[in-house]
Amino acid sequence: MNIFEKLAYYLQFPFVQYALIVGVLTALCAALLGVPLVLKRYSFIGDGLSHVAFGGMAIAAVINLTDNLYLIMPLTVVVAVFLLSRGSRAKIKGDAAIAMLSVGALAFGYFLMNTFTVSSNIAGDVCTSLFGSTSILTLTTGDIILCSIMAVLVIAVYIVFYNKIFAVTFDADFMQATGMRSKAYEVLIAVVIAVVISLAMRLVGSLLTSALIVFPALSAMRIFKSFRSAVICSAAISVFCAVFGMLVSILWGTPVGATIVMTDIAVFALFYVGGMTIRRRV
Amino acid sequence: MTQLTVDGVSLGYDGNTIVRDLTFGVNNGDYLCIVGENGTGKSTLLKTLLGLHKQTAGTIGLGGGSKRAGFGYLPQQKDIQKDFPASVNEIVLSGCLSGCGLRPFYTKKEKALAAENLDKLGIAGLADRCYRELSGGQQQRVLLARALCAAKTMIFLDEPVAGLDPQATKEMYDTIFALNHDGGMTVVMVSHDISAAVEYASHILHIGKTSCFFGSSAEYARDFVRREGAL
Repeated sequence: MNIFEKLAYYLQFPFVQYALIVGVLTALCAALLGVPLVLKRYSFIGDGLSHVAFGGMAIAAVINLTDNLYLIMPLTVVVAVFLLSRGSRAKIKGDAAIAMLSVGALAFGYFLMNTFTVSSNIAGDVCTSLFGSTSILTLTTGDIILCSIMAVLVIAVYIVFYNKIFAVTFDADFMQATGMRSKAYEVLIAVVIAVVISLAMRLVGSLLTSALIVFPALSAMRIFKSFRSAVICSAAISVFCAVFGMLVSILWGTPVGATIVMTDIAVFALFYVGGMTIRRRV
Repeated sequence: MTQLTVDGVSLGYDGNTIVRDLTFGVNNGDYLCIVGENGTGKSTLLKTLLGLHKQTAGTIGLGGGSKRAGFGYLPQQKDIQKDFPASVNEIVLSGCLSGCGLRPFYTKKEKALAAENLDKLGIAGLADRCYRELSGGQQQRVLLARALCAAKTMIFLDEPVAGLDPQATKEMYDTIFALNHDGGMTVVMVSHDISAAVEYASHILHIGKTSCFFGSSAEYARDFVRREGAL
């Protein structure tokens, strides 16, 4: 069989089709949110939240919850809102608080999984939730529906509040001073990011989630000069990398999450060089 | 008509008071310049007037139908904006946002207002350019155009000429003066350039470490500056 025949053969299976649908939707959401996240200097929060999501997954595994998204998503949302609403008055500064929270959640999650789990393959379970390995190929129909609904919701919120997201990212003070509730929009961004992270965790695992959010945005910003074009390009890059990475991993059996992130890195390198040559020529 | 009354306001951070018991008012059509040395709380005062910062004592009253939604604000440049991918048009349009409510997109009227303000400030040709590639003077004009989109009656400027060369500084001052004089816009500006303040402003608020002054710029030039030897 050549590559295309092999691909056609695999694509017949519903679980492969499901994985592709969920992968594309997740990557799209992550990239959309990635642009304001990177620009607002919130990348670290995204990373911290994905570790919190790992803690949530561990709890779900221990109490034998069939669909762990119902636990992970609210938990991540609550932590995201908490992190953003502490403001600058807090005694422990933002980055330190996030570092504490993210290692804390990682340790807590691993501790729980080791101590209380009934599973016979702890190392495999931990590896799956950290790096995603095969979980994307074992989704149930319920998973797909839930994931798709959340993804469509995220995209709808993003479109409806697009102008507000731009304004609060560029200059929250101006927004507040001219009579708008910038804090409310910051919390909205935090909530949506938390939702995206709990979705993205299935695709690439919790340690690699922030790569999915940060890389496409950074690549797009190398070349594009308006917010809208950066957002659109970021989304396109992310969807391409997700599809490419998933197909490669299906064909050659490489780990899904890592392959997608490697593709993202390669594209970033390309855009970085491209951006430099464009700037030199001007 | 009084647009803004400040009565016995004190400002501070973390329990330290930096400005104590400030009382003044801003009337329709005034051009108030807030001057003083670095660290005396000029910018903090401006942020407090705009509701970005809470005063530790006193009251700030909005009068004559003024609402925060009718304020324009030209903040100091932020680090975050240095590598921000945004076109001039996107930034100026975002000044219209306070009139949008929950409506997700801009109307034709708002787009026309943004174009009109770009034109007024002589930067219509930059509409599709990238903000981070503009010169300092052009960037300030973009932010001023955004402020004008939001401003119905009153505009607040925080060090609008910081980092500009003498030519751009002069142009900026003339533009602001024209907005006030010809456009009837009430202006509240923070500056450390006392000679320009005396030349252009109608009123001056001087915040000093030991003494404060509030009055017309003629009184200020006559009494306060001579006594303090600040000019």
